[in-house]
Amino acid sequence: MDQVIETLKNADNILEVTDLCKFFKAGRKQTLKAVDHVSVSIRRGETLGLVGESGCGKTTCGRTMIKLYEPTSGKVVFDGKDISTLKGKDLLEFKKNVQVIFQDPYASLDPRMTIGEIISEGMDVHFHLSEQEKNDRVADLLNKVGLSAEYANRFAHELSGGQRQRVGIARALAVEPKFIVCDEPISALDVSIQAQVVNLLIKLQKEFGLTYLFISHDLSMVKHISDRVGVMYLGSMVELASNYDLYDKPLHPYTQALISAIPMADPDGEATRERIKLEGEVPSPINPPPGCKFRPRCRFAMPICEKEAPQLLEVEPNHFVACHLCHQKNQ
Amino acid sequence: MATEQNIPSAAEWEDIPAEKFQIIGTDDFSGDIIARPKVGYWADAWRRLRENKIALVALFILLLMIVMVIVGPYISGYAFEEIDTEAINQTPNAEHWFGTDSLGRDLFSRVWQAGRVSLAIGVVGAVVASVVGCIYGGIASYFGGIVDDIMMRIVEVLLSIPYLIIVILISVVTDSKSIGTMMLALTLTGWCGIARLVRGQMLQLKSQEYVLAANALGVSPMKIIMRHMIPNTIGIIIVAITFDIPGYIFSEAFLSYIGLGIQPPDTSWGALASAAQQNFMFYPYQLFFPSLMIALTMLSFTLLGDGLRDALDPKLRK
Amino acid sequence: MEKENILEVKDLSVSFNTYAGEVKAVRGVSFELKRGETLAFVGESGCGKTVTAKSILRLHKAPFAVIKEGSQIICDGKDVLALNKKELCKFRGDEVSMIFQDPMTSLNPTMTVGKQIMESLRIHKGLNKKEAREEAIKMLKMVNIPSAEKRIDSYPHEMSGGMRQRVMIAMALACSPNILIADEPTTALDVTIQAQIMDLMRELKEKMNTAIILVTHDLGVVANFADRIQVMYAGQVVERGTAREIFYDSKHPYTWALLSSVPKLAKEAKQELYALKGTPPDLILPLNCCPFASRCEYCMPICKERNPFETAITDTHKVSCWLQHPNAPKVKSFYDREVQ
Repeated sequence: MDQVIETLKNADNILEVTDLCKFFKAGRKQTLKAVDHVSVSIRRGETLGLVGESGCGKTTCGRTMIKLYEPTSGKVVFDGKDISTLKGKDLLEFKKNVQVIFQDPYASLDPRMTIGEIISEGMDVHFHLSEQEKNDRVADLLNKVGLSAEYANRFAHELSGGQRQRVGIARALAVEPKFIVCDEPISALDVSIQAQVVNLLIKLQKEFGLTYLFISHDLSMVKHISDRVGVMYLGSMVELASNYDLYDKPLHPYTQALISAIPMADPDGEATRERIKLEGEVPSPINPPPGCKFRPRCRFAMPICEKEAPQLLEVEPNHFVACHLCHQKNQ
Repeated sequence: MATEQNIPSAAEWEDIPAEKFQIIGTDDFSGDIIARPKVGYWADAWRRLRENKIALVALFILLLMIVMVIVGPYISGYAFEEIDTEAINQTPNAEHWFGTDSLGRDLFSRVWQAGRVSLAIGVVGAVVASVVGCIYGGIASYFGGIVDDIMMRIVEVLLSIPYLIIVILISVVTDSKSIGTMMLALTLTGWCGIARLVRGQMLQLKSQEYVLAANALGVSPMKIIMRHMIPNTIGIIIVAITFDIPGYIFSEAFLSYIGLGIQPPDTSWGALASAAQQNFMFYPYQLFFPSLMIALTMLSFTLLGDGLRDALDPKLRK
Repeated sequence: MEKENILEVKDLSVSFNTYAGEVKAVRGVSFELKRGETLAFVGESGCGKTVTAKSILRLHKAPFAVIKEGSQIICDGKDVLALNKKELCKFRGDEVSMIFQDPMTSLNPTMTVGKQIMESLRIHKGLNKKEAREEAIKMLKMVNIPSAEKRIDSYPHEMSGGMRQRVMIAMALACSPNILIADEPTTALDVTIQAQIMDLMRELKEKMNTAIILVTHDLGVVANFADRIQVMYAGQVVERGTAREIFYDSKHPYTWALLSSVPKLAKEAKQELYALKGTPPDLILPLNCCPFASRCEYCMPICKERNPFETAITDTHKVSCWLQHPNAPKVKSFYDREVQ
C-alpha cells in the first residue's frame, strides 16, 4: 500500500483543474452554480473518487473537466496542455486520450447499432484500420471485458445491464485512452454485477496504466476502488484526502455525517454504532446560503461560517478540508 | 407446483447415492448464451405490427388499393375517357360495374384512374413535405440558440396562413391549375408540422447519453446526426408521413371539389365527387364510389399509422 | 407471546406470457408473516421479489400475468386470490398497502399531496372532507414533514425526493393497514435521506405495530431493520431466517456471495471483490434443478439434476441446498473466511 502511494507521489499530474466553474441559467436572473470554483489535481495512474449526494455537481464537474460541457470559467490542463485552447487535430487527440463511461447502461448505447458498430465507432475516428483489423480488435476488446466475441452482432436491447456496461467499457477502451471518467458506472447494476464490473475496471487499470475519475454516490464502492477521494457539496469540494484518511478520520462535518449514514451489512454493528443524524434536505443549488454552504445543516456552525466561505486548505499531510472549524483547530 | 420443480419427497431424500455429492464447481463462462432469438429493430417492429390485427387489415386494404389503381383501369375493358353517348348515367350493372357518368364513361375505370392521381398526390406530397421538414427541423435543432428561435418563428407564421389562400395565390400567379401547381401549394406549408416534430425529437436525442458518448469519442457533428440522430428519428417520421397522407388526399379532394384542383381530362377522386355532386339526387352512385374510396384510404392510412406508431416505439416493447 | 400469522403464502407461482414464451418469474414461493413483524425479501433484479410482493395485492394484470393454480395467499383469514373486485378494492389500502421505489412517478403530479392522502381516507374510512384533511395533517406530522398545515397543499414537484417518499409513507399508513409492503423504498434516495427514511419507518413500525415486507437488494438497509430475511434467486427462496442467522450464520452459497460482494469499509482497497461469475438464468427456460447450480462454487452432480429440499437448521432458519444433505461434504462459508 505504501509502495502505491510512493509511486503515485512521484508521478506527474495528468490533469490539473484550477477554479473550475460551470453555471447554468435558471430563468429570470438566477444562476445555478453546478460547479463552483473547484480545484484539484489528478496524478497519472491514480483513481480519484468523487462522492456527494444528488445536486452536488459531481457529474457536471466530471463532464466539464473533459470538455463535454464548456466551462464557464477556470482552467483545465491535461497532459500539460490547456484544453480551452485546443483545436482541430489537438482537440481530436485530447478526445482520444480522455474517455467516459456512463451511468445508464440502457441509454448509453445507440439502440440502432450492433455492438460491433458501437465499439468500432471510435476506432473509425482515430485509427485507420482495415475491416478485418477492426473486427479482430472488436473481438479482442469484447474478450477483455469478459464477453464472448459472438456479441458483436447483437443489439443493445438483447443484453443485460451488466453486459451493456461492459460494452460501454469496451467502447471507451477502443481508442486507447489515458484517462477515463467513470460517471456512476455501477449505480444501475445489481450488487453481484457491480462487483464484476469493479473488478474489471481495476484489472484494466493495472493492465493499461489508466487514470480514473470515479464518480459515484456509493460510498463503500468508492472507498474500495479509489486512491484518493473528494467530497462535494452543492458545487464545492469540501474535503479531499486519501481513501483511508477520509473514511477513518473524516474532518468535515458533512463527510462525517455522510460516512455515518452508510448502511453496514452487520446487524450487531448497526445496532451499536453511533450515528450522526443530518437534519433537513439538501438546499437547492440555485440559491445557496451565503458563506459556507453547509452552514444551515451543520451542528458546529459559527458566526464566521455565515460571512465567509471557507477555502480548501491542507490541514494534515495530503488531507484538505474547507471548514472554518477545522482550520481553526489546526492553528 | 412442487412436483413440477422436481423436489424429492422425504423418503427419497435418504436414497440419493453418495457419488452425487462430489463437488464439481462452476461452469465455464467464456460466453453467456442468450436464450432468446436474435431480433433486430425492424424485425421486432414487424412482429409487433403483425400482432395488431386492425393495422394488418388496414395494410391489406391499402395494398389492394394500390394494386387496383394500377390494373383497375384495364380490367373492365373500357378506357376511362371513352365516351359512349348511348350509355349515359347508367346505374351499376353487369357491363359497367360502377355505372357510368353523364358522358357515358365507365365509372369503374374512372374511379381507379382517378385513384392514381389522388394517391400519387397524397404520397408524394407527404414524402416531399417530410423531407423538407426533416432537413429544416434537423438544422434548427442542431444549431439551437438564436438560429433555432428564428427558424421556429418562421414555421409558426407559415402555419397560421390558411393553405387555401396560398393555393389560390399560386394558381393565380402561375396561371395554371395542373397537378404540379397543386402539389406545390399543398407542400408549401405542409412541411411545418414535421419540422416541429423532428426538431423536438432531435433536441431530446441530443441529450441522450449515447450521443454524448459519440461526442466524447470525437465523432464529427455531421456523423453524429447521420449515424445516431436520424436513424432514431426515422420511426417517428414514418408514422408522421403515414398520418399526413390522408390529409393530403383530403386536401386535394377538397380543392378539386371546389374547382381549384384537377381539371379535365385529368381526374381525381375529388374531381369525380365534384362532378357527381350536381346529379346527386338522381344518380347517387356516381358520388358514392369516389367518396367511398377517399374514406377507405384515409381510414386505412390512419389505422396503419396507429399500428406503426405502437410497433416502432421501443418503450412499448413487452 | 406467540404472535399469530397475519399473512400466509403457500406455493405461489406467477408467470408472464411474452412473445418469446412463458417467463416463470416466481416458482413455488411460500412464507408467513406475523403481526407486527418485518420480513425482508432480498435478492437481485429478476429474482422475483417484486413480483411476489405485488402479487399479494394482485397488482399484476391478467392475461399478461398469471397466478398459477395451487398458489394460496391467505391474509387475516381471507383468501386473497378469491376476492371479487369490490372486496379487493376494500382490501387494498385498508388492510395491505404499498409504497413504491420511485417517489417521482408514484405520486400524481396534478393533485396536491393532501388530496392524495385524503383520497384513501375517504374511500376506506368514509370520512368527510374536513375530517380527512385533519387526519391527513396528522399523518404528515407523523412522518416529520415540517409545517404540515402548509405543506398539505403543495404539489409533488414542489417537494424533494425524500419528502415525497415520506408523503408516500403517509398515504400508505393513513388507514392503519395491517401490512405495509415497501418495494425498494430508498433505492432512489441519497444515503443521508435513506438513513432518515429508514429511521422513520422504524419509528412508525413500533408506533403502529404494522407488519412490513421490505423488498430490497441492499443488505445494509436490511441489517438494522428486518426481523427475518428471505433470500431469493431466480424466482425461488433459497434461504430464510432471522437477521442474525442470515448475516452471521448463513448456509447458502448465494447468500455468501451476496454478503461478499459488498465491499467492507475495513478491508484493503483494490483487493479483488468476490464476484459471482455469469448471470442469473433466463426464467423462460425450465429449471428442474437448483437454479444456482451453474454459478455455484460447490456445485455437485445432484445439484444439476434435482431441486433441493428445504431443510430446517433451526425453527426459523431454513435453507434449500444440497449441501445440507448428510452425504454432502462440509464446507465453510467463504464469507466467514473473509470476515476473519
